[in-house]
Amino acid sequence: MPVEIDIAYVARLARLDLSDEELDEYKHQLGMILEHAARVQTLDADPNPENAHPLALFNTFREDVVLPSLDRDEVLENAPETIDGYFVVPPAMEGE
Amino acid sequence: MRPGPGVAEAGRQLRAGETTSVRLLEGVLERAGSSEAQVHAFLTIDRDRALETAAQADADLADGIDRGPLHGIPIALKDNMCTRGMETTAASQILAGYRPPYDATVVSRLGEAGAVVVGKTNLDEFAMGSSTENSAYGPTYNPWDTTRVAGGSSGGSAAAVAIGSATAALGSDTGGSIRQPAALCGVVGMKPTYGTVSRYGLIAFASSLDQIGPLTRTVEDSALTLEAIWGHDPFDGTSYSGDYPDPKAGLSRGVTGLRVGVVKELSGEGYEPAVESATADMVAKLESAGVEVVEVSLPSFEIALSAYYLIAPAECSANLARFDGIRYGHRGQGATTEALMARSRAEGFGPEVTRRILLGTYALSAGYYDAFYGQAQRVRAAIQEDFGRAYQQVDVLVSPTSPTVAFEAGARTSDPLAMYLSDICTIPSNLAGHPAISLPVGLDGQGLPIGFQVMAPPLGEGVMYRVAAEVERLAGFDVAPGLEEVAS
Repeated sequence: MPVEIDIAYVARLARLDLSDEELDEYKHQLGMILEHAARVQTLDADPNPENAHPLALFNTFREDVVLPSLDRDEVLENAPETIDGYFVVPPAMEGE
Repeated sequence: MRPGPGVAEAGRQLRAGETTSVRLLEGVLERAGSSEAQVHAFLTIDRDRALETAAQADADLADGIDRGPLHGIPIALKDNMCTRGMETTAASQILAGYRPPYDATVVSRLGEAGAVVVGKTNLDEFAMGSSTENSAYGPTYNPWDTTRVAGGSSGGSAAAVAIGSATAALGSDTGGSIRQPAALCGVVGMKPTYGTVSRYGLIAFASSLDQIGPLTRTVEDSALTLEAIWGHDPFDGTSYSGDYPDPKAGLSRGVTGLRVGVVKELSGEGYEPAVESATADMVAKLESAGVEVVEVSLPSFEIALSAYYLIAPAECSANLARFDGIRYGHRGQGATTEALMARSRAEGFGPEVTRRILLGTYALSAGYYDAFYGQAQRVRAAIQEDFGRAYQQVDVLVSPTSPTVAFEAGARTSDPLAMYLSDICTIPSNLAGHPAISLPVGLDGQGLPIGFQVMAPPLGEGVMYRVAAEVERLAGFDVAPGLEEVAS
């Protein structure tokens, strides 16, 4: 059976401003995909999923020294809007 | 139209003074010029920069500076690998016009190896898809039949190598995105052991699965290209820092005494008869060539696809959170920062990417995490255990690469699940992090290539290439797409 999901809530979590029509379409498609995906619940083994890396790597550290970083001007060239070396965004909160 | 020499052959011609890097590049650009209108393998071709690099490669060689097997070889990059100053879009509107301020590690390594970057190839947006139809810049078509898909997501790289509009190419493989298009386009595509090729500068889709690898015309070319790009990289926290095998060591050793496992679960319903018989024929030939063939069962493979379509979207939903219209990429309108982000994302992402972000967000959300994502991780562990048991009995595992040959363009675009089934044979190696290679073993009745997959344990690239080289010899696949026949 297709899985029922609160698609508007999921879209809000994902920060996707979708129309009602789009939400309906995705709700339907996700229901079908999740029905298939729910087969993971049929696994009858009980393995230990502690490390997904095939070569058993653990934490990786480097020396705590300053290394060159990206050029600020070159990075900012890709930004839609900047002022004086800063990214520009509209207010983070609604209202004054 | 012949695709021109491969990596090893071009290298031999260069050193024998029979050609130059500039001439190799001109051949590649000429083939691009006569095929792009039909195939659309490339998003960007940087002719001037490539010609400059090729001229430098020739000058270096004349001065006695030889950077190795890729010196002077024209190579194409999937457009999800960052190239400093060269547009990198991941085939998404959200990155239209993006010029990275740095090179991916593989790009730096190719540069050190003297390779000539031809341009950036088309892909499914953010590498999400199996047909290269999800590109925001239009699909790539299959050079063997331009009414059909090239496979995906590295469809542009596979098509370019098949035509010879690149001598070799790099792709990325998260669930089969190198091997499946290689199979559908009749070229060799290889996904290395997870952690052996740096992901620094690869635009992330699912970080625990993504791996860059080569698409080439021969098995030897594949090993040569892999050798140039792999190795430890401090810029990738999952990079392997131990000893690496020699991928070329077994290329001419033959296969006598090896044990080859045929995966029972990767056959049957949904597999085209031509694909099944080509696979069985090759297994029989391998047996005649001296391998011991064993049928093995890996029961968890039956639910690998389900696990993949939870784990990959979950990681994608986190990775793609960075595309918000603030630091780079497309910006929509919004009265608040949050509204601007939500609008930018809705406008910038195509339908498949949106679908996967939603799917992953759901699978990770409170209340559903354990039933979906947590359980998928247990399936992943079960797959690793099944592989481990199989490799106690055999040296490599074999299967078809894709259950079908190249399908008609548009045939699966409205049915995401049908599209996802294209990756059923390739996904287990990603979930386990193991190496695997696809190579062409023949054509079906319609003249479309059939791919054969060889899988090996972690760091088993040596034995994987050893078997692949024998498969290549046994198959004797020496045909190129007859694109001129469909030229207008």
